[in-house]
Formats: sequence, structure tokens, C-alpha cells
Amino acid sequence: MSIKVYVPLDSGSVALGADDVAAAIAAKASKAGSDVKIVRNGSFGMYWLEPMVEVETPRGRVAYGPVSTDDIDALFEADFLTGGPHKLYLGRTQDIPFLKSQSRLTFQRCGIVDPVSLDDYRANDGLTGLENALKMTDEEIVKAVTDSGLRGRGGAGFPTGIKWNTVREASADQKYIVCNADEGDSGTFADRMIMEGEPFVLIEGMIIAGLATGATKGYVYTRSEYPTAIDVMNEAIKVARAAGVLGDNVLGSGKAFDIEVRMGAGAYVCGEETSLLNSMEGKRGVVRAKPPLPALEGFLGRPTVVNNVISLCSVPVILEKGAEYYRDYGMGRSRGTIPIQIAGNVKHSGLYEVGFGLTLGEIVEQIGGGTATGRPVKAVQVGGPLGAYFPKELFDTPFDYEEFAKRDGLIGHAGVVVFDDTVDMMKQARFAMEFCAIESCGKCTPCRIGSIRGTEVVDKLERGEQPELQIELLRDLCETMKFGSLCALGGFTPYPVLSALTHFPDDFKPRALDIAAE
Amino acid sequence: MPDNVHNKQEFDNMLEREACMSETTEDQNVRVAAICDQLITLEGPLLPILHEVQEEFGYIPDGALQTIAKKLNLSRAEVHGVASFYHDFREEKAGKHVIKICRAEACQAMGADALGDQIRRHLKVDWSQTTADRKITLEPVFCLGLCACAPAAMIDGKVVGRVSADRILQKVGS
Ligand SMILES: Cc1cc2nc3c(=O)[nH]c(=O)nc-3n(C[C@H](O)[C@H](O)[C@H](O)COP(=O)(O)O)c2cc1C
Ligand code: SF4
Ligand code: FES
Ligand code: FES
Repeated sequence: MSIKVYVPLDSGSVALGADDVAAAIAAKASKAGSDVKIVRNGSFGMYWLEPMVEVETPRGRVAYGPVSTDDIDALFEADFLTGGPHKLYLGRTQDIPFLKSQSRLTFQRCGIVDPVSLDDYRANDGLTGLENALKMTDEEIVKAVTDSGLRGRGGAGFPTGIKWNTVREASADQKYIVCNADEGDSGTFADRMIMEGEPFVLIEGMIIAGLATGATKGYVYTRSEYPTAIDVMNEAIKVARAAGVLGDNVLGSGKAFDIEVRMGAGAYVCGEETSLLNSMEGKRGVVRAKPPLPALEGFLGRPTVVNNVISLCSVPVILEKGAEYYRDYGMGRSRGTIPIQIAGNVKHSGLYEVGFGLTLGEIVEQIGGGTATGRPVKAVQVGGPLGAYFPKELFDTPFDYEEFAKRDGLIGHAGVVVFDDTVDMMKQARFAMEFCAIESCGKCTPCRIGSIRGTEVVDKLERGEQPELQIELLRDLCETMKFGSLCALGGFTPYPVLSALTHFPDDFKPRALDIAAE
Repeated sequence: MPDNVHNKQEFDNMLEREACMSETTEDQNVRVAAICDQLITLEGPLLPILHEVQEEFGYIPDGALQTIAKKLNLSRAEVHGVASFYHDFREEKAGKHVIKICRAEACQAMGADALGDQIRRHLKVDWSQTTADRKITLEPVFCLGLCACAPAAMIDGKVVGRVSADRILQKVGS
């Protein structure tokens, strides 16, 4: 029997050298005559330990990390193929505290399975949700999703079941399920991780959405920055077709569903659902006015569900274990679990799935372990480039849609980006405006022009030209953008700007002296 | 050599650029048309076609716009409007190596601004420019989904995390 060694194919692990590590292990094993089978799995999301190598032993899977090619000789000497002791030894994977303390519902198999092995997926209870759904009516499926309390994980937090019901009730010759895998928010990588590590759960979720709404065709629209996710998704779709999970006769039910992957072309705004639909139709990715809702007139004018990857990936477990099981996690009106992505200047960077309700302080200080540089935390941006900066004084805010809104913030796609005390908040405010200017679709003036004006105002402020006036102008501009923009790119850019200004006023003092010194 | 060209290297580069500009040959049209024929049955075929054309030629040749427009029953201006909207599509060939450095917030928190400055200074280019010897194109990117391994970059399609200027330059042999 060959020994199974796991080395992630996840882009994050590969970015830290996983491909070279896998090659070095294979070379050394063949030289030493050891019978090793290397499985390229997804990542468990503990990036400070990546590349994390696991070995299957009689006492379970044990981990070593972070492994570099320089460690391979020593690992073989330490007999790591039988789980021998070494300074990089982390114990059994499942016992690593960061992993053990999570509630992994959506990501339950990510890291554990071979991403493109349908047998692995089934052996770990995969497809049970779909099998259950096939025994239910469309109305019953929608009810289960509604009762679970699942809200869209793409940012807006709209109840998934209600969206599905609108599409279900619409009549049309063709309906679509469009998975929004554009994941443009900085600080987020949950969509990428699950597409690379557990693609079948997305396929399963999309098929269930199809059964619930009467859609027979699905699209995954993802970014060109995610080549590995695209490859793994395409491979998994091929495997699913060959196994009769996708196609004209889903698991022998007589129902049809198929999926195609589409690639964006480097436009952040195409994550906005109507811009995304325009892009898929081969148009400029300009935002459409609503109504009509995509649920009624979406892709090619037909009823379309547009859902985020994580929303769709959360559906199989709801159908497998029941709405109540899912709803029992979380707090208030934020039900279920949320994969929090902890990034930036933080010691334990990675993905942490847990029920809603942890405080921001717990996430940053306890789970994240504080900054990577060891300096004090100064600010935390939650929810991507359109999310607010939080100071330490607001660390008691619970991770919950409504609680964040109360403090002029948003959860967005649940990215948490940590900055230490060297960050210059005026620079961050300027960047928010600059980003909006670069990515604006150009449809509304407050967004297109206001953002450029915003960068100019910050520049003047930095040069010390009538600072009080500039701050007033900046606040005015933000008001105009908030209320005069069609979509959240222009409408929410004021969040990072105003939060920086409100919570870190000292950083907005003129810099004349610094500039002279340079 | 024309007066405004100062050395042989620049002159060669100019010739090469012109060669790729004037590649609006019959052969090019045939290849673009074949790509269109292969993808035209997709629902919404334009983006997949543009990606494939760029894959084939390294950029979207001017002449391709007309061919695509004819195949899809659009105007040339419409196809140009779409191609120019998206940051990915190039109007001219990139350098031999393409360095994309993430400029977004999680990477900023780990020193991406300084990294970008160092690379720009070393290569003597600004963002979205190609070095004079056409060897390296430097592009900004806003998040690679590697925010937990910041700062991140993509070099010739390969991702690198917790990267330094030295490592980037070493990878492109500069
Ligand atoms: C500028 C902008 C960018 C967006 N980017 C994304 C994205 O990358 N992924 C995503 O799922 N939703 C994104 N959204 C939200 C979508 O418009 C939409 O609300 C979401 O796809 C709906 O799916 P959900 O209900 O499952 O969240 C973006 C919105 C805006 C305004
Ligand atoms: S707010 Fe900006 S991105 Fe959104 S529709 Fe208007 S111009 Fe386009
Ligand atoms: S991409 Fe069209 S306005 Fe910037
Ligand atoms: S912010 Fe740089 S990779 Fe996400």
C-alpha cells in the first residue's frame, strides 16, 4: 500500500511554494524507494502554515508546516512518512486549534478531499443534499432555504430563499442559475478556496438551485485572476457529467442541469450582478438600473438567480441536515455560519468558518493572533474596498449584518484586513477614491467624477491647502456619492473614506513638513 | 534609421512593433474567423472570443475587431467598446514577461506600496508600462485572492506570495 501524502494545489499554498515541495517529495521518495502517492488537495485555510504537508497514518492525518524544499531531506530523515517527530510537526490536522474550534458546514470537506474525486466527495456525505432535494417539490426546497435563514454572502445579505421564489414563480422557456464567482473584494478568498478545494459542493448547490427554480442551465462567472479555480471547476464539471450528476438526467431523476464556466476580464464592477450579466452577454460591464430585477429579467432577458459562491455552497448542507440545523448557528437575523477571511498584517491569516456573532476583537486578536509584524493593531477594514475601517474602540462589534450596519460598516463578503500602527489612514482614504475612479463603470457622474475629485481633495489636504475647507468638501462629496450613485461602487466608497476620517482624524492633518523632509 | 531613434536596440524594437501592428494579414483574419466559428454557439460569445484571440496573438489585433464584428453581426465600434472596457484586453503585445503586483488593501498592509515603488524604480517604468527593451510589462492588479499571503504577485501567470522585490526581479532575470 502506498503512503498518501497531501500537498495542496490551492493557489495560496502554491504561491508559497507547494508545487516545488510536492515535486521535491516525489523525487526524494522515488530515490529512497518509498511508495508514496501525492494527493493535491485544497487548503484548510491556515496560510501561515502553508505549504502544509499531511501524511496519512494509522492515527489519522498528521501535518507538517510550513514546509519548504529545504526541509524535505530532514523530513525524510525524521521518518515523516510514518508521522515521525520533526520541528515542523503540527500533530493531527483535525486537532490543530485554529481548525478544531471552527464550525465547518460550508467548508466541511475543503482540504480533506481530493478536489476532483467524486468518490471522495460521496464518501464524505457529498450529494446527500441533492438526493434529498430530488425527493422534494420545488416549493419545499425553497421553503427549506428560506427557513434556514440563509442570506446572500456576496455582500448585500438578501435572503436567498426569497430570491429563489421569485425565479420559481416566473414563467419562461428558459431560466438560469448564475454563480457570482467574481470575488473582487480585497481581503477575500473564500470563493477561490472552495472552488479549488471542494468544487463539487458548488456544483451540488447550483443543481439544487436549478431544481428549486426550474432552471436547467448554470453559469459560473469567475475572474481571470483565478486560473487554478477555473481549471479545477472545469475538471469537476467534466467528472460530474461523466458520472451523470450533471446532464440531461441528474442522478437518474429525469431532470436536466448543466454548468459552464465563464471568465471575466479584469473589471471589479463586473461583480455587481447586473454588470456581470451584461458582461456574460458580451457587453461592456455597465451596471443596469433596477427594476427589472435579474430574478425576472436577467441573463438574456430571462429569469435568473444570481448568487454568490458561498451562498450556493451553503445550500447542500441545509438540504442534507435540515433548515433548523443551519439556522441554529448564528445570532439575530444573521443565521448559520460565515467563512471569515482574516488577511493583511495578521499572524494567523486564513479562513475561519464559524457561526455569526464573534466580536471583531475576538477575530483579530484571538483567532488572528494580532499583527504579523508584532506592532499594535491600528485599523481593520471589514468587507472589502467598500467596507469601513474600524478602530480598536469598536472591537466589541459582533460579526452580524445589522450590528455592523449600526456602526456605519458592512460585513460584505466577510473579509477582515488588519493594519498595524504604521498605516496612514489619509492614504487609505485616498486609495478608496482612487480605486473607485479606476473601476467605475462610468454610468453615473458622482461615481465617475466624484471619485477623481475625491483624490484631488485628499491631495490638497495633504499639501495643507485650506485643510478645514477640504475636509468639508470631502464630506460633501461623500454625501453626493452615497445618494447619487446607482450601485454600491459609488454608493459605498464613502464608507472607507468617512470611517477613516471619523475614527482617525489625526491622520488627516496637513503633511507639509513630511513632504519638505523627503 | 529614422532620426528619432537613438540606437540599434530601439530600432529593432520598433521594427518588431511595426511587424506586429501590420499583422492584419489574410492569415490573421483566418485565425480570428476560426476562433469565432468555434465559439459562436455559446450564449454570449464575445468575451470568450476576445479571450481566445488574446491567447492566440498575445493581444487583440486591430484587424480582429472587424472580423469579430462581422461574425457576430455587430459594428466594429461595438466590439471595440467592449474590448476597451476590460482591463485584461491589450491593444499591443506585452513584454516577454508580465509582472502583476497586487495593489489592494491586504497587500498594502504588508508593504505592497513600497514593493511597487522598488520595482518601478528598478525597471524604470510606471504601472501598465513595458520596459524599453520590451522585456518586462508591469501591471497593477487589485487582489489575487492571496490576501492571506501578502504581498502577492503573479509573474507570467504564476502566483507568488509573501514576495519581495528581489524575488520578483530574480524570477524575470532582471
Ligand atoms: C461593485 C460591486 C461589486 C460586487 N462584487 C461581487 C462579487 O465579487 N461577488 C459577489 O458574489 N457579489 C458581488 N457583489 C454583489 C452582487 O451585486 C450581488 O448582490 C450578489 O452577487 C448576489 O448574490 P448573493 O445574494 O448570493 O449574495 C458586488 C456588488 C457591487 C456593487
Ligand atoms: S455607482 Fe459607479 S459603478 Fe455603480 S453604476 Fe454608477 S458609475 Fe457605475
Ligand atoms: S472602465 Fe469604463 S469608466 Fe473606467
Ligand atoms: S489584497 Fe492583494 S491578493 Fe488580495
